[in-house]
Amino acid sequence: MPAPRLTEVTTVACLFFIFLVPLAAAGLALMNVGLGRSRSAGHMMMASLSALAVAALAYFVCGFSWQGFIGSPAHLLNISGKSWNWIAAEPFFFRKFSFDGSPGSVAALFQIFCVGFAALIPLGSGADRWRLRASCLSTGILAALTYPLFAHWVWGGGWLAQLGVIYGIGRGFLDVGGAGSIQVLGGLTALAVTWILGPRRGKYSADGMAPAIPGHNTVLVLFGCVLALVGWIGLNSAGAILFAGSELSGAALIAINTMLAASASALTAAFITKIRFGKPDASLTANGWVGGLVASSASCAFVSPAEAVVIGSIAGAIVIFSIDWLELRMEVDDPGGSVSVHAVGGIWGLLALGVFGQFQRPVLNVAGDSLPAAINGIATGQWLAQLIGVATLVGFVLPLTYGVNRLLNRFYPFRVSVEGERQGMDLHELGAGAYPEFVTHTDEFLPR
Amino acid sequence: MKAVGFLMLLAGWFLVLAAIVLFASPSLRAAFVLAGIGVETLGLVLVFRSHLIPREEKK
Repeated sequence: MPAPRLTEVTTVACLFFIFLVPLAAAGLALMNVGLGRSRSAGHMMMASLSALAVAALAYFVCGFSWQGFIGSPAHLLNISGKSWNWIAAEPFFFRKFSFDGSPGSVAALFQIFCVGFAALIPLGSGADRWRLRASCLSTGILAALTYPLFAHWVWGGGWLAQLGVIYGIGRGFLDVGGAGSIQVLGGLTALAVTWILGPRRGKYSADGMAPAIPGHNTVLVLFGCVLALVGWIGLNSAGAILFAGSELSGAALIAINTMLAASASALTAAFITKIRFGKPDASLTANGWVGGLVASSASCAFVSPAEAVVIGSIAGAIVIFSIDWLELRMEVDDPGGSVSVHAVGGIWGLLALGVFGQFQRPVLNVAGDSLPAAINGIATGQWLAQLIGVATLVGFVLPLTYGVNRLLNRFYPFRVSVEGERQGMDLHELGAGAYPEFVTHTDEFLPR
Repeated sequence: MKAVGFLMLLAGWFLVLAAIVLFASPSLRAAFVLAGIGVETLGLVLVFRSHLIPREEKK
């Protein structure tokens, strides 16, 4: 099965975009640090670095072999005479894989950053109480199993991508920048982790109150937003070229749409918080900004700038109300807003592609021998393909990631001890605070 | 309640898969996919409710 080809110029440009992606991870890590408590700041950064490292190694060992790339060998399942491509069959450890600038090798580089990025998302929801080793174990499972499986279905020419070719449902499930494969998957893992960990001590009181526990450094959070923007432009552009066959000339539209969606989302969030609280809330505005970036990921190559503004505006409103609803009504204690920003924002982005997507040229998200069918096939029903992808994330990925993390939690408890939580993760797990020159929380070490 | 919720999530997804395989008519297929998503939504409500913190454990 021939894979799509890239010209030399496109390959170089794609590599440039891919090298921007770690900035998105850096931005997210800074946001998670800033939105948590000061006594766990060093721990959060350490956990972020560890997650990136574990994810890269787990992905190298077996993740990529199960994800593969469009046109790579795969296991097929015959259902009613149709072949469902459900998992790749590449050898482990990148063996028999030539790093010659082929689309597959460029995709492997892109994916090793993407899987690390996805692994950072749950850290925000487990802030201040998730043990370092437990988070590394959970990351290993995400990078070796959950992420490759779903990413193969979407980006490896799997059954979700083939919905258009096999069953004539739109162009198959589309997600050029990873709104589903990275963001929703990471956000649903964050939800599972939050449920398993339970809320931070003192978050919910018996009288029904849920006092806000504000982040300790707004500057880090807002700087993280700017870094994330740069990384996201690379993420969306590289993804569109590699997994949808977009032309290099489309990169300008992708960058503009990414910027506009984030801007509209952040301003909507600021406006809503101004109306509700009297002043714009910086951390919620930051969450709105990232929510817009997340929502832009699925459709950035297929919508006009005006539509990107609409998608971003709606994302900003959805993220803010979702944060409130999850925290106050559903008692989900998510310090980084990971579930709302990444899972809810990502689901909206995926559905928005079905509503607003315009396709001027063929989308090359399946293997070469299927391309004529993809090009000539009936392309109505994109909204249905997007719905099926979202249903797969909620109906399959969430139970899978919850079950696996719950099993891990049984053998190696995720949550730090009561004493450790009171002392702070920095001192308890790392033996040193992130800000040793500042005396903070002087009552922390007094007997109670 | 938690286990039932997760089973309903999976059941909804299987309904979606069955709709893709069994129905050729776009409207029937869409109807069953929406039905599957409805089942998933019910499952999600159950899972969320099962994770609410009991009053005596709030501190």
